Amino acid sequence: MTVADVPVTPETMPQPAAAPADEKQPKGLAIICYSGDLEKTWAAMILASTAGAMAMPTKVFVTFWGLQTFVRDDVRITGENWMQKMMSFMQRPGISHRKLSKMNFLGMGPWMMRKLASQYNVASPKELLEMAAAMGVEFIPCQMTMNMFGIRREDLIEGMGEPVGAATYLSYVGEDYSPLFI
Amino acid sequence: MTTATDLQLDARGLNCPMPIVKTAQAIKGLASGQTLEVLATDPGSTKDFEAWSKTTGNLLVEQSVDGGVFRFVLRRK
Repeated sequence: MTVADVPVTPETMPQPAAAPADEKQPKGLAIICYSGDLEKTWAAMILASTAGAMAMPTKVFVTFWGLQTFVRDDVRITGENWMQKMMSFMQRPGISHRKLSKMNFLGMGPWMMRKLASQYNVASPKELLEMAAAMGVEFIPCQMTMNMFGIRREDLIEGMGEPVGAATYLSYVGEDYSPLFI
Repeated sequence: MTTATDLQLDARGLNCPMPIVKTAQAIKGLASGQTLEVLATDPGSTKDFEAWSKTTGNLLVEQSVDGGVFRFVLRRK
């Protein structure tokens, strides 16, 4: 049997929940995905997918510019009023449209980054996000950011959790999840 | 001389974190006690597989290197 024979479905992915009571459960990881910059999004997705692979209970709270990353790639303009629409017009939402915080050069920087990544077999943020989600990593949108930017549930990628606030995130830290702000 | 394993995963050419992510996916297809052989070329994978094994409890039973190819044998817990 080779790995190609194993179907990659949520059932074949490691699930963090079901460890027997007598075994040590790895500590959880609670990431705040705050930045919408390509380089930081990449780092957040590497850590989220690896934590999922290590069977660590993992939650990613997506807020402010990080929420823009979780808008579906095919949604171009979000928001209800002109200012919200303008914000999404000025920076295109979606994980495949992230920009570098430095050396963006009208998209040349990100283009070169993607080119190098595919040349050197580095998985893209989108691929890492999909693998993390399939391994049981939870992505939780920030309700306040959704309200402020006029982003609706249907604008976001499928499979995200219920929108919540800062108190819910902090309750994870209280439950022995390590906090991480990216 | 290498022992036969129940499943083989070729992670050669892949970069962090893909060898680990693919290993985590592949080992799910095995029953407890079965073994998985992983081949990787990422030099960081030596430490990473030790860490993954320690955290997940899946035993790293063999590891070797041959001509820049790292070989790991893991037993599903």
